[in-house]
Amino acid sequence: MVDIPYEGIRGIPPAEVPDVELYHPRSWWTRYVFSQDAKVIAIQYSLTATAIGLVALVLSWLMRLQLGFPGTFSFIDANQYLQFITMHGMIMVIYLLTALFLGGFGNYLIPLMVGARDMVFPYVNMLSYWVYLLAVLVLASTFFVPGGPTGAGWTLYPPQAILSGTPGQDWGIILMMASLILFIIGFTMGGLNYVVTVLQARTRGMTLMRLPLTVWGIFTATVMALLAFPALFVASVMLLLDRLLGTSFFMPALVEMGQLSKYGGGSPLLFQHLFWFFGHPEVYIVALPAFGIVSDLISTHARKNIFGYRMMVWAIVAIGALSFIVWAHHMYVSGMFPQFGYFFATTTLIIAIPTAIKVYNWVLTLWRGDIHLTVPMLFALGFIITFVNGGLTGLFLGNVVVDVPLSDTMFVVAHFHMVMGVAPIMVVLGAIYHWYPKVTGRMLNDAMGKFHFWVTFLGAYLIFFPMHYLGLLGVPRRYFELGDATFIPSSAHSLNAFISVVALTVGFSQMVFLFNLVWSMFKGEASGGNPWRATTLEWQTPETPPGHGNWGKELPVVYRWAYDYSVPGAAEDFIPQNQPPRATQLVQGAAS
Amino acid sequence: MSAIILFLAVLAMIAGWWLSQQRLTAKPWLEEGPAGDFPGGDAMTWPAAKVGLGVFLAVASALFVLFISAYSMRMSVVDWRPLPVPRLLWVNTGVLILSSVALQWSYVAARRHDTEGVIIGLVAGGASAVIFLAGQLLAWQRLGAAGYFVASNPANSFFYLLTAVHGLHLTGGLVALGRTSAKMWRGAAIAEMRLSVELCAIYWHFLLLVWLVLLGLLTGWTDDFIDICRQLLS
Repeated sequence: MVDIPYEGIRGIPPAEVPDVELYHPRSWWTRYVFSQDAKVIAIQYSLTATAIGLVALVLSWLMRLQLGFPGTFSFIDANQYLQFITMHGMIMVIYLLTALFLGGFGNYLIPLMVGARDMVFPYVNMLSYWVYLLAVLVLASTFFVPGGPTGAGWTLYPPQAILSGTPGQDWGIILMMASLILFIIGFTMGGLNYVVTVLQARTRGMTLMRLPLTVWGIFTATVMALLAFPALFVASVMLLLDRLLGTSFFMPALVEMGQLSKYGGGSPLLFQHLFWFFGHPEVYIVALPAFGIVSDLISTHARKNIFGYRMMVWAIVAIGALSFIVWAHHMYVSGMFPQFGYFFATTTLIIAIPTAIKVYNWVLTLWRGDIHLTVPMLFALGFIITFVNGGLTGLFLGNVVVDVPLSDTMFVVAHFHMVMGVAPIMVVLGAIYHWYPKVTGRMLNDAMGKFHFWVTFLGAYLIFFPMHYLGLLGVPRRYFELGDATFIPSSAHSLNAFISVVALTVGFSQMVFLFNLVWSMFKGEASGGNPWRATTLEWQTPETPPGHGNWGKELPVVYRWAYDYSVPGAAEDFIPQNQPPRATQLVQGAAS
Repeated sequence: MSAIILFLAVLAMIAGWWLSQQRLTAKPWLEEGPAGDFPGGDAMTWPAAKVGLGVFLAVASALFVLFISAYSMRMSVVDWRPLPVPRLLWVNTGVLILSSVALQWSYVAARRHDTEGVIIGLVAGGASAVIFLAGQLLAWQRLGAAGYFVASNPANSFFYLLTAVHGLHLTGGLVALGRTSAKMWRGAAIAEMRLSVELCAIYWHFLLLVWLVLLGLLTGWTDDFIDICRQLLS
């Protein structure tokens, strides 16, 4: 922190704060459990998402055991394998990543970064978490109901999702739909908060163009999620009615177990349209917060202003808008009108332009920066590399003629794990290492962090690079075992075993990270208020961790953008957003 | 899916217009100093609750438009047999219009600081909304008695589904309306309640609009319109 005497320097008087709006907890329960403080809600969201995410991680180990060593583990049968796939995908995409980025980071960072005391509707915000928790519990309960969780694949395509023969047809699929519906209701409550807080509760001087890119990313992703999740809601409700009341929204006439089913006339394609109308924006709902956060990590740890801030903002908005008109590139082989494919291939390639702008700008921010290879920076660099890799295979799959043979192979699995599995997780981990000091007042252990990074980063490549090759060979995804197909050489089987060994190793190495989180909370080095010497408002709070209401008596006033690093002539290599201009001049005078 | 794309295009235009007021072309690295030195860009002056309601209405509209998209895609399959819409729906529509009018009246009364008028408007609006919901249930019952069950035809399924979703939204609105009325009843200052009354009125008008669109769809009035759109697109 720059030691500047604030008294005597006349900036703008801070805005009057109507204190009546802030809610004050009166008991332990309302302070830590049924809390309306966004910071507590953020931690609740993050812990719940991590807990259910660990379940999904264990499911992936079980899948890898089966794929690597088929026939060895008698406790995994074909039905369970399908259930593992389904639950792993659904949990990771929706209950972990969406909840963590928007519910976790959104809740913690938005009020602090825009200089607000809290979210604008704290009660609704609290409700949002508890509905989310309920959704997670309903989802987890499917492991214990008769028939187990649904095995329909995370896309839940009808007709197979609700027909007998698919595991979890009794209860699993019903509870899955119920859980999704709850999740969407809960998210909508939270999402209203994030959007309106950014619109309404910015402190004085915090214009839109002075917002850190993290806020831009989370804000745009929330707007998209608010508009995309209703599509999943509609699809879930209608599929639930097909299953429970025997309507035929999606179910065509078909023979089930040798008998003509009660269904007729429904359109499975309609479900796919609705699902992917949600599903594709969902990719960017996860990616845009990651884009925003990684921009801030890179700028802070390279001690350089972000390159092309305006372009970064426009790119975020453009990606958000474009992502709504590319959904059918998931459906090239679905039997839809073939010429649609070319329209969607075109829009898919167009969306690569703003995305590429962002990648170039990150690289140009690093160019001749004063790069500190801290753990958050390592993860940020890992993200850029992984995202480029995953994005390039996306260009393959976005083209109809290349996608058709690659569809439903391991190539697709490798692609989306790189681009929306590993890449966002890199950002999540980097962001945790970056903001953990603000949340707890202590640094995470550096040695454990570096070990964690290298094992995770290199491991991810050892897992997913070979998978591209398996896909090119034609190894299909979602198969319990490959059998004796002649087109699959025996080397592919040994490659699968290799991937499994690495996957288990990387999975277990995450325990080092979890240990680090707990250990550092008590034994970590004290961090002070601004250990990374960062400019954004959350590092300028009077207390660390920030107290209730975030900002002592007066709200901060913002005088500059979020990226004043290494400003020529300034005494320090960073100038906080709330530092008045004349103070800087004084320091400059003192320095000369 | 063309309905939802059209809807999103309209939203995108509104968002684009708003963003164009926010000086997105500013060069923030050159603009050091108090924000007052540069035009535009401060937080909105509207109350947060009103903006919140606006965002929520956009989300709810997206939901209804997606249902309509699904409806128009499903109705082109040959097994679609439109069901005779019960006459009762017209009565219900009238009651819902009355409900909306009552809440508007309540809002106007709030602006005139007429406490009694506000309470009368709120109660009348709430009561007629409850009557509307009861009427909708009665319409379901009559359809069921006439043999139009939920699963017997996709047109029936959509009829029950759309009316149910609309009814649930109205029920949620009744909770907010109930809270506002209770506060008025206990003698809250009218200046504090004006916003709540206004938000209730806006939400009611929105649900009335949604209902009119749904009614047009369910009675088949808009079929010609949909056909024209479909021909234009193909």
